[in-house]
Amino acid sequence: MMRFLLLFSRQGKLRLQKWFTPISEREKKKIIRDMTSMVLARQPRSCNFLHWKDLKIIYKRYASLYFCLAVDNQENELLALEVIHRYVELLDKYFGNVCELDIIFNFEKAYFILDEFLIGGEIQETSKQVVNRCIESSDMLQETMEEYMSKPAF
Amino acid sequence: MSPSIPLQEMIRAIRSARTQCEERGVIQRECAAIRAQFRQVDNGGARSHNLAKLLYVHMLGYPAHFGQMECVRMIASPRYSEKRVGYLGAMMLLDEKQDASLLITNSIKNDLAHSNQYVQSLALCTLACMGSAEMCRDLAPEIDRLLRASNSYIKKKAALCAVHIVRKVHDLGELFAPAARSLLAEKNHGVLHGAVVLITQLCERNPEALERFRKTVPDLVQIMKGLVISGYSPEHDVAGISDPFLQVIICFMKDLLVATNTDSTKTVGNAVLYETVLTVLDIKSESGLRVLAVNILGRFLLNNDRNIRYIAMTSLQRIVGTDHNAVQRHRGTIVDCLKDQDASVKRRALELSLALVSASNIRTMMKELLLFLSSCPPGAQIRCVCVSVRYAPSQRWHIDTILHVLTTAGGDVRDETVPNLIQLITNTSELHCYTVHKLYRALLTDISQPSLVQVACWCIGEYGDLLLKGECQETEPSQVTEDDALDALETVLQSHMSSPATRGFALTATMKLSTRITENVDRIRSIVSIYGSCMDVELQQRAVEYNALFRKYDHMRAAVLERMPVIEKNSSGHTNGETAGDAVKEIQPAAVKQTGPLLPQQPANQVCDLLDLLGGSEEPLQPSTALGLPNSTSTAGGDLLDLLGGLELTPLAPVPVYEKDGVSLTLICEKTSDSGMTVTLTASNSTDSDISVFTLQAAVPKSVQLHMKAPSGDFLPARGAAKVTQMVALNNPNKVNLKMRIRISYNTSQGSAYQDTVQIDSFPGL
Repeated sequence: MMRFLLLFSRQGKLRLQKWFTPISEREKKKIIRDMTSMVLARQPRSCNFLHWKDLKIIYKRYASLYFCLAVDNQENELLALEVIHRYVELLDKYFGNVCELDIIFNFEKAYFILDEFLIGGEIQETSKQVVNRCIESSDMLQETMEEYMSKPAF
Repeated sequence: MSPSIPLQEMIRAIRSARTQCEERGVIQRECAAIRAQFRQVDNGGARSHNLAKLLYVHMLGYPAHFGQMECVRMIASPRYSEKRVGYLGAMMLLDEKQDASLLITNSIKNDLAHSNQYVQSLALCTLACMGSAEMCRDLAPEIDRLLRASNSYIKKKAALCAVHIVRKVHDLGELFAPAARSLLAEKNHGVLHGAVVLITQLCERNPEALERFRKTVPDLVQIMKGLVISGYSPEHDVAGISDPFLQVIICFMKDLLVATNTDSTKTVGNAVLYETVLTVLDIKSESGLRVLAVNILGRFLLNNDRNIRYIAMTSLQRIVGTDHNAVQRHRGTIVDCLKDQDASVKRRALELSLALVSASNIRTMMKELLLFLSSCPPGAQIRCVCVSVRYAPSQRWHIDTILHVLTTAGGDVRDETVPNLIQLITNTSELHCYTVHKLYRALLTDISQPSLVQVACWCIGEYGDLLLKGECQETEPSQVTEDDALDALETVLQSHMSSPATRGFALTATMKLSTRITENVDRIRSIVSIYGSCMDVELQQRAVEYNALFRKYDHMRAAVLERMPVIEKNSSGHTNGETAGDAVKEIQPAAVKQTGPLLPQQPANQVCDLLDLLGGSEEPLQPSTALGLPNSTSTAGGDLLDLLGGLELTPLAPVPVYEKDGVSLTLICEKTSDSGMTVTLTASNSTDSDISVFTLQAAVPKSVQLHMKAPSGDFLPARGAAKVTQMVALNNPNKVNLKMRIRISYNTSQGSAYQDTVQIDSFPGL
């Protein structure tokens, strides 16, 4: 089971946080601080796996963003790397050549995509096409509803 | 009130703020505006934007709890866009600890029954993310219904929601078991994935469920086969391997298949292989499969990718206990990984190397480990030492290794290492010369490592005569004069790097040298007297006592400071004689038993003088040896004066038990433990003729155990010139009334044999 997913920039600014277990605000802030300092301190070509308390931390750097995923001890680390990569691919497909600014200005969309891919700390859909189709349909639904609602009711 | 700006504008404004203060100003303005907007009842489509803005502010780390009620209201709204943001807000701001989370239970319930599947999915996602135990209990029947009746999009989400529910409320697992079973028949990969995860959860929690689901293993094998053998499925393909996620998760269900057609050049293929290997190792598979698994791990070790090497070593660590030989084959590669740049890889390699050390490969391994020592974190070094202790092939090698560790990393070694090392050195008597030369040289080069300096000082003090002799078979001879040795010790004493404990060691060593060397005794006296006015209380005390030893008790100096007997390892861990007064009593019987024969008879006279000084009664040899021990080994206390004070506390008067024809026998008994005691019998001859072949035999009641030690001799010279002592150890576990019958037999000088028996009914001192 995945415990949390964090996205942060090279300067340590948080871009996205998803928690799969209930944790207090103070604890969350502390974890974010620990993660950013640990991951940013790593050498460029070092191993992508870390040990922290009783969890395994898998991180990967894409351009200027660090994706940091924490899993239980018995999970497969290589698969977690694949999960991160799959998420990046989904974002890329949705935004078209995604960059950090896309995630900053459209953070709620990044969350929606994540919610279509992972639920409750587990992978929910293994097919990229299905996830993309779902996101598109939800967006369509949102727009049509808005259009519908903003039309004056006669 | 400033007008509210759209989300994107706000983000831009925050990002363009140049200082923290400016940013805070922007955010405070925005939050005020958002709060005002929330208080208004309805303002069209702007509500979702406001909440989105609040969520952004929350992600930056600012408080946003006033948005919680707004989330609840938005979730209940009929508009999809508002629901979406509302649920997102719920997942970010509400967790099960907040009271407001209960308010959304009803909304979720309604949405789970909504006609639109995307609304349903929102509700399911939120429930799976932050559902509390209460909410789960309330909504479990709904989830179960969704598991059976809906389309695959909802089914897969419902399955994972069920997983969350089972994690939160274990009893509800029963509810989902039948539905889970039926899900396995689905074709949709997402649903299959969810189903497998759900079944895994159920099996983990409940062993009965495990039994039930064992029957599904053939179905899983079918699915797995289908994935591996079937053709190219573009939807689920990742780099040529169909749906690795599903494959892995099925492996995790402890399936038996070995995926042989996976290509391991890509991470994905390796992920599947890795999972399979883990499965094979976890279940009780036959040896052929295990060998295959270890070979795959070996291939991983040779991979260039650090990640792969890391997980290979992690897995090998798990099996090194059981499949030791298999892992040994890869020892070379593992030891190479010690030199890797990466800290995680190095740590794993070190743990694995330490586990692989055995008596046969200890030399090569230690060489590698010692090279590694200079660059590795402190905690690892101690473990290296422990490992070397277990497998040392020879004493000399052992001492060499520990010395090496001390020189490179002495500052981080545990405190117990110093006494352990000293004990080891005393035990290897043939290497004393070699050890002291090496330590002396190490001391000359570097006096910054405290443990090394302490051990070196102790050795120089103890074996100074060997050092000064200069000849040694095992190392090149070097001429060390007395002045050199004293210089070295003085450097330690005066260096600001030495801790008080180290200085104590050096001072005692200097003192000990006074008996080992011949010419520079005055120099030693002057050194010692300087420290008589030292600021440090411990050093001052020692110096004053040593001064006293020079002045008043000079005749005893040789006896007190002579070579230490072999130290026995104390099981409780405290060094011999660490505490001064109390420990004396305990040391006495122990000391006499072990060191009695080692100690020459000569100091007995000096001891008697000591006792005269005390004005105490004549005591047998017991206290004399006790004097030697605590003085030299203790790192705290253990000084002469305390010792003498301790002696005063325990007067043991010998009791005469037999007196006939000039032969007298006295007895001293002492309790050594709860049921054990030691009885010392001393015989003397006051006649004018010598007595020879003097033997004692003893008998005790049945339940008492008796052990007679070797007597000190069997010749009693005339007129009490010397005595014979015999020690008897008794163990009385049943606490019966202790009686002892002693038979005395001897030959007089005329040649006649004489025998007598005496019964002892009462034992004083008990």
